[in-house]
Amino acid sequence: MRLLRFVLLRLAGVVIVLLVVTAATYVIFFLLPANPAQSSCGKPCTPEHLALAKRFLGLDRPWYVQYGDYLRGIVAGRTFGSGGGAIDCAAPCFGYSFLRSTPVTELIVARLPVTASIAVGAAVLWLLAGVAAGTVAAIRRGRAADRVVMAAAIAGVSAPAYLVGLLAILLFGFGLGWLPTGGYQPLTEDPAGWFVHLILPWCALAIISAAVYARLTRSELLDQLGQDHIRTARAKGLREPAVIVRHGLRNALIPVVTVFGLDLGSLLGGAVITERVFSMQGMGALLVDSIGALDLQVVVGVTLFSAFLITIANLVVDIVYGLLDPRVQLG
Amino acid sequence: MNVWRSLRRDGWALAGAVVVVLFVLAALFAPLITGVVGQNPYTYHLSTLDGSGAPKGFGGGISAQHPFGVEPLTGRDLFAIVVYGSQVSIAVGIAASVVSVLLGALVGLVSGYFGGWTDRIVSRVVDVMLGFPSLIFMIALTAIVAASFPRPALIVLVIGFFGWPAVARVIRGQVLTLKRRTFVVASEAMGAGPGHVLLTQLLPNVFSTLLVYAAILVPASIGTEAALSFLGVGVPPPTPSWGRSIGDAVAWFSTDPAYLVFPGAALFLVTLGFNVFGDGLRDALDPRVSRRGSHRRRTAPVPTEELV
Repeated sequence: MRLLRFVLLRLAGVVIVLLVVTAATYVIFFLLPANPAQSSCGKPCTPEHLALAKRFLGLDRPWYVQYGDYLRGIVAGRTFGSGGGAIDCAAPCFGYSFLRSTPVTELIVARLPVTASIAVGAAVLWLLAGVAAGTVAAIRRGRAADRVVMAAAIAGVSAPAYLVGLLAILLFGFGLGWLPTGGYQPLTEDPAGWFVHLILPWCALAIISAAVYARLTRSELLDQLGQDHIRTARAKGLREPAVIVRHGLRNALIPVVTVFGLDLGSLLGGAVITERVFSMQGMGALLVDSIGALDLQVVVGVTLFSAFLITIANLVVDIVYGLLDPRVQLG
Repeated sequence: MNVWRSLRRDGWALAGAVVVVLFVLAALFAPLITGVVGQNPYTYHLSTLDGSGAPKGFGGGISAQHPFGVEPLTGRDLFAIVVYGSQVSIAVGIAASVVSVLLGALVGLVSGYFGGWTDRIVSRVVDVMLGFPSLIFMIALTAIVAASFPRPALIVLVIGFFGWPAVARVIRGQVLTLKRRTFVVASEAMGAGPGHVLLTQLLPNVFSTLLVYAAILVPASIGTEAALSFLGVGVPPPTPSWGRSIGDAVAWFSTDPAYLVFPGAALFLVTLGFNVFGDGLRDALDPRVSRRGSHRRRTAPVPTEELV
């Protein structure tokens, strides 16, 4: 039951965080600006769109009613207008794009597979590559392999994903012709095409974080390998690979997992950039296009959705972490 | 001073510092440097372009007049653009990290020293902000701020604002141990108020950490500015920005790779320089780290010992 209590407590924390984030977002984007209806109207802004935007935002009503409507939309969905012209925005309603005449949630859901494919693949790649490289560097501490990994790591940390991505397209796409230069194939339609189109985006996005994780893994593993329980493991005749993996790496990975939870947010940001580099129509492209098109509803919807996604992903990491690490006190 | 001695002995840190200094000089003396080749980043040279708008000649139109070639569509001198681009990158990078460090120091000192509910709330906020998709928030913020608000200042504030939590967390951790030390307790016993303790007892003791964080945050902030400009929501044209040039290069780089390579190399080099120098500075300031870099503790972005 301690586990249940732990999960429930965390869940309550998440609800509070989401409430605060929603409130802050609402204040920053809809209450403070002089003319949120105008910025939600889209370009070109027709009088009908502007009237709709004003009605949707409820600008003539007090702020707490506006915010209440907004919150209710996210939890239970909302309908605004009446009769034949009523517009339905099903839960979770993250806003309504007057420019595209579509609920923002629908727009996001259509784009999510692209962004998720980039982000998840890159995360798997950077964890594997980073931990592997860091482990090799720690085992070969001070030798050539260590120097190479650490030099590559500091270069990798300094190389922005878009730069690496563009150079990779130049080399493997245009130069050698091995891989596509951009675009996206849905996984459900063409799994092989999906994979081939994602190889470069994954590598480009993973490189910085793999470098960071290699450094982190190396220093944590060196820390562990200097401790008494490792000496005991060796003394009782355990073979070196078993010592390193079972006694060293297992402990060294705990902080790595923690940092990974914190990096999910920047992972999403990185995916936005990667989409632009590889001309993929994901959530990030939706966001950037909507800024240009003055479609504030979509901008805020995507932002809030990302915050929700990351908060919930963090909850999952937190719970998994609580289960893995006996030192974390449940409850 | 010990720090200078160990920094001087660290060849990598020195090399990083040299690169950084070179870029800072380029930023300060941009008009002079580009004046030598008789160029500026704003004049169009349409005669250097072919019918499609691509630069004529080798390497994006490299010539004696245009050592890095010219920009596609406009024919503006790429060397001048790259040199002037260092102004935006370095100014935004330094200013934003100063904002982050100041905010982080203030929040960290206060929450660590006073503890209690202040600390609990601040720590929660820091937790949430560290994991936040901050780039997406930054992009969104550019959509609502009035056009009359100067863009570079907005970029500095936005990047600076999302950088403080990491600093606050580390400073808080240090203050938690520092405030139990004898010199702080003695100072309090002699009747020093919180302001005095924070500024004259605690701040000097976390100063070296702040310095290291400033050094680490500069390249990160430069990268974020470039990313925002790359996405088209950063510093507006015609002010040269490496990130925007790289973003513009997306449409051109199969025909004109040089347009990507020069701004990209500048961005990479200055980031690398700051990172290597920051690493060296951290090693020099942290007595726990043994020389020869055999056991470097990772300082950015999160001190792991605080989390469990």
